[in-house]
Amino acid sequence: MKALKRFYVLLVYIILYAPIAILILYSFNDSKIRGKFSGFSLRWYKDLFKDGEILRALYYTILCALIASVLSTIIGTITAIGMYKMKKSAKTVLMNLSYIPMLNPEIVTGVSLMLLFVFLSMQRGFTTMLLAHLVFDIPYVIISVIPKLKQMNPYLFEAALDLGAHPFYAYRRVVLPEIMPGIITGFLFAMTMSIDDFVISFFTTGNGVQNLSILIYDSAKRGISPKINALSTLMFITMLVLLIIVNKRDDTQKTLYGKDD
Amino acid sequence: MNKRNWLLSAPYLIWTIFFTVTPLALVFFFAVFDKSGGSYHFTTTYISQVFKEKGEVFTSLIRSLRLSLISTFLCLIIGYPLALILSQSKSKHKSIYTTLIVLPMWMNFLIRTYALLTLLENNGLINQFLSLFGIDRIQFLYRESSIAIGMVYNYLPFMVLPIHSVLVKMDKRLIEAAEDLGANKRKVFTRVIFPLSLGGVMSGITMVFIPSITTFALSQILGGSKTLLIGDLIERQFLEFNNWGYGSLLSVIVIIIVLLCMYLSSKFGSEDSGEGGLLG
Repeated sequence: MKALKRFYVLLVYIILYAPIAILILYSFNDSKIRGKFSGFSLRWYKDLFKDGEILRALYYTILCALIASVLSTIIGTITAIGMYKMKKSAKTVLMNLSYIPMLNPEIVTGVSLMLLFVFLSMQRGFTTMLLAHLVFDIPYVIISVIPKLKQMNPYLFEAALDLGAHPFYAYRRVVLPEIMPGIITGFLFAMTMSIDDFVISFFTTGNGVQNLSILIYDSAKRGISPKINALSTLMFITMLVLLIIVNKRDDTQKTLYGKDD
Repeated sequence: MNKRNWLLSAPYLIWTIFFTVTPLALVFFFAVFDKSGGSYHFTTTYISQVFKEKGEVFTSLIRSLRLSLISTFLCLIIGYPLALILSQSKSKHKSIYTTLIVLPMWMNFLIRTYALLTLLENNGLINQFLSLFGIDRIQFLYRESSIAIGMVYNYLPFMVLPIHSVLVKMDKRLIEAAEDLGANKRKVFTRVIFPLSLGGVMSGITMVFIPSITTFALSQILGGSKTLLIGDLIERQFLEFNNWGYGSLLSVIVIIIVLLCMYLSSKFGSEDSGEGGLLG
């Protein structure tokens, strides 16, 4: 019975990980013919960095993720601090509003934002994609910062004021250091979500601006290319590193499980 | 912190009304309003279009529902035993096993799907393996079954995790009590363990069913362009045919299905079904 259980668990893990392992293996394949491993080579990785289209997508992915995660960290942190002392009813309303982008199916969020941009006659491109990323990034920062605020000793801030600190100074020197771990987790969270996003970017971008996920989607529809294997491997490793960092940062670990396609 | 503190949240409130509430309202608006002669008028054009093209919309809606139900069911029967075994494991490396289940949830969805594509294609590894035994090449791709395989592969962790976290937290004394009172292993499972894990099962079902019913990338990559799901129809209306009204109406249908699904899961799920679920 015990052996059977072991076998079952092992089988499921193999099924879950085999496709990824094979994908990575073939990214180092010297031959272009699939299914034939003719030797180790980095040629697809070299090709990758010569491909203008892929480099452009990489540039937009990083630029968008950086700007979106920095801005959403600032906005999300300020919002969380504001929500902390709100009346319960108002807090619930705002909290539920910020849950909408997390709970909505991505296609609905994507389509609805696209409609907004069309309605405002905004040309779809990098700016609209960035705005869309802010929409789903900010809530993740808020839910990372709020637990830290709750853990904080509420008298610290008052004590600072009593000792003559200007409120702004007290925020900067007392509150901010206390909630910093939450802010950093939120930032990494937002970064991961942005790099990873496909559906919402797909609907809100245009004008030839595409991120890596959209590029993988387009090439997967056309067929398999070893270059995409190499690209996927690099993305996979990047995400893995980011995830390990986020996961090491306790506390919000539970919320990590909430990721949705 | 002082009373005017809430002002700090005001910008985000305005933001969220503008970028979350308004867009959603627009989806509903465009589903039944049409622009003609510079102003918007109520229209039932799109509603009637659904009925006119009953064939296409109806088949893809039924296909979406069928495939999502099949893959949710498969995830449940594959995932439940896995969650149960993991939750009862006494191994030192228990947390590693659980992490290994969570990890794929965080891999890029497209990379996972693309990896599956490389396995299933005609010259893929599975077919090569089969040919070693003289078995003819099997056409896996561009069929409904490949979409279902893709759904199970991609969303299995979403089923295992909530069930696992409910099972881990279950009061072990209840199981002991049942055993002391003479229940055999099967009885313990059917009368104690399973009923107590229903909350996790419900949130697992929701977490697999909702992405399955709304996907379009999966069916486009693994199913080709002939097996359309409701998500594909929506994507096409918006990005190919520029028919936003019709696309909006189809989105409204999806929103209704999703809300219904969430309602059912909150009705049948237990209080703490959210644990390990969407917002942990």
